[in-house]
Amino acid sequence: MRGDAGRLLRDRRAALGAAVLGLAVLAAVLAPMLAGDPIAQGDVVATRFLPPLATDPLGAFHLLGTDRFGRDVWARLIYGARVSLGVGVLAVLLSVVVGVAVGAVAGYWRGWTRVALLGFTDFALALPRVVLLLLLASLWQPSALLVIVVLGLTGWMAIARLVYAEVRALAGRPFVESAVGLGVAGPRILVRHILPNALTPVIIAAALGLANAILLEAGLSFLGLGVQPPTPSWGNLIASGRDTLVNAPWVAAAPGVALVVVVVAATLLGDALRDRLDPRRNG
Amino acid sequence: MTAPLLRVQDLVKHYTASGLFGARGQPVRAVDGVSFEVGRGETLGLVGESGCGKSSVGRTILRLQEPTAGRAEFEGVDVFALDRRELRRLRRRMQIIFQDPYSSLNPRMTVGAAVAEGIEIHRLARGAEVGRRVQRLLEEVGLDPGYGRRYPHEFSGGQRQRIGIARALAVEPSFIVCDEPVSALDVSVQAQVLNLLGDLQRDRGLSYLFIAHDLAVVRQIAHRVAVMYLGRIVETGPTEALLAAPRHPYTVALLSAVPEPDPGRRRSRIVLGGDLPSPSNPPSGCPFHTRCFHPARNERCRTEVPMLRPVGATLAACHYAETTPLPGASAA
Repeated sequence: MRGDAGRLLRDRRAALGAAVLGLAVLAAVLAPMLAGDPIAQGDVVATRFLPPLATDPLGAFHLLGTDRFGRDVWARLIYGARVSLGVGVLAVLLSVVVGVAVGAVAGYWRGWTRVALLGFTDFALALPRVVLLLLLASLWQPSALLVIVVLGLTGWMAIARLVYAEVRALAGRPFVESAVGLGVAGPRILVRHILPNALTPVIIAAALGLANAILLEAGLSFLGLGVQPPTPSWGNLIASGRDTLVNAPWVAAAPGVALVVVVVAATLLGDALRDRLDPRRNG
Repeated sequence: MTAPLLRVQDLVKHYTASGLFGARGQPVRAVDGVSFEVGRGETLGLVGESGCGKSSVGRTILRLQEPTAGRAEFEGVDVFALDRRELRRLRRRMQIIFQDPYSSLNPRMTVGAAVAEGIEIHRLARGAEVGRRVQRLLEEVGLDPGYGRRYPHEFSGGQRQRIGIARALAVEPSFIVCDEPVSALDVSVQAQVLNLLGDLQRDRGLSYLFIAHDLAVVRQIAHRVAVMYLGRIVETGPTEALLAAPRHPYTVALLSAVPEPDPGRRRSRIVLGGDLPSPSNPPSGCPFHTRCFHPARNERCRTEVPMLRPVGATLAACHYAETTPLPGASAA
C-alpha cells in the first residue's frame, strides 16, 4: 500500500490536489494560531469595509480586509474552513458508512434482504437531492449538524451501488470460497475477506463526494438553510458579501476563491485516484 | 478394509439457469449419479476433461455447493444433513486446496494471518501458541517460517500453493479435496508439490480426493483412480491396473494422451473427434457413444445406458469392455 501512495503522488494532479487539501485542512485545524477572533467587532464605523492589506485605526492588520461589521475577512475565511471542510468530511463519512453497510449486506446475502436494500437504494436515488435538501433544511432549525445529516443521508446511494457490485464480484472469488471451506462465518468473511478488497472504488467516490458535499453545504448556507451566521461558513460568507460585490468585492471573493480552489483540488485528487486505482479504467 | 472415511452415493448436481420467473431451460447435469469411497490414508484420483463435473463433485462433498440429490457420509456423519453450525465443525475435518494459487489467497491478508485464520476460528490454540503453530506449519510445507509477515503477491505459484496447503492443514483435517492443485504450476514445481502432498499423507495419515485432468499427475499420487465423463464415473480401479489395462474406451483415449517416458515404446495417439457433448442435453444411451472409437460400438450403445461392472481388474461402464482395444495394441 505504501508503494501505491508513492506512485499516486507522482501523478501531478494527485500531488497538487493533496497539497491544496492538506493546506486547507491544516489552516482549518490551526485556525486559532493563524487568525484573530472571527466574530469580534471593533469600532464598526472606523473599521468596516477596509480593503485587503489595510491596517485599522487600532493598529490591527487585515490581510483580506474587513466586512460590513469590521470583522476580519481572513479570520472568518479560516474559521469558515473549519465549518465547511468539517461539514463536508463528516457528511462524506456518514455517506460512506451507510453506503458500505447497505452495499455490503445487499451484495453478500441473497434473497429478500438484497431485493429490499437494492429497491430502497433505487428509491433514494430517484429522489432529487437538492429539492430534498431544501425541503429537509426548511423543516428543521438550520444548523451544521442538520446539514451533515442531510448531506450524509442523501449521498450514500452511489457508494452503496459500487460496494454492492464489488462485493458480488468478490463473493465468487476463490479466496472467499476458501474461507467458506475453512469454516469462517459469513459476517467475518464479509469484514475480513471481502470488504478490504472492495474499498478502492469507495475511496475514489469519497474524494469526489467531498467536493460535492462542500459545494452543497456552501449552496445551502448561501441560501440561509445551512450554517447560520454569525458562525462563518464559506457559503454564508459569500452570501454576506453579495450586497457589496461592487464596493467591497473582497468580502465575497475570498471565500469564493477558497471554495473553488478546494473543490477543484478534491476533484483532481479523486480523478487521479480513479485513474490509478480503478482497474476498469486501466483496461 | 474397515469402514471408509468417505462414502459418496448417487451424488447428483444439476445447475439450473434461473430467470426472474423461476427455472428456465434444461438443467446442466454436471454430476449425474456418482458413487465412490475413499479410505483412510488413501488417495482417490478423479480424472476427466474440463466440464465433466469433477470439480463439482469435490465442491459438493464440502458443501461449497448444495447437492441436487445423493448422499455423502464422512466419518459416519451424513454431510448433506448438517445445519450451518455442524457444517462449520465438519470443515475442520475436510479441507480443500484450490487450482489457482493466485486467486485462492486473499491479497490483503498476510501469509501468517491466512494460515492462522483456521486455528483462530476453530479455537485450536490461543495467544502466542497460534504464532508458533503457524511457523511450524510453514516449515512443514517447506517455507521459511519468517514468511508469515509477507503478502501473497510476493510469492511464486509453487510457494503460494504451499501456503494454501498450510492454510488447509492448520485445522488438522483428515481429508482434503485437492482440486487440480498442480495444473497451474510448471512441471518441475508440480513434482515438488506432489511430493509434499505425498509426505504429508504419510506423516499425518491424510486422505485425498485428487482431482486432475492429467492421468500422468494422478499416476504419481493416487492409489485408486475414477475416470469421469459427462457427470458419470465410466471406469474405476486401482491405479496400476487401470493404467495397465484400461477397459473403457474413454480411459484408453485419455491414457494415449499421456507422454510416454520410454522413447523406444511407441504408442498410437487416439484423438477423440468432436467436443464434449453439452451436459444440459447429454446423448442417449452411453454418454460416450458420440465420440467412441470402439470397433464393436452399435445400436445398443445409443439406447442402453451401460452400468459400472467388473471387467478384469477394474469396474467399467461399457457394454463391450471385454473387447476394448488396448492402447499398445494398435502401435504404429
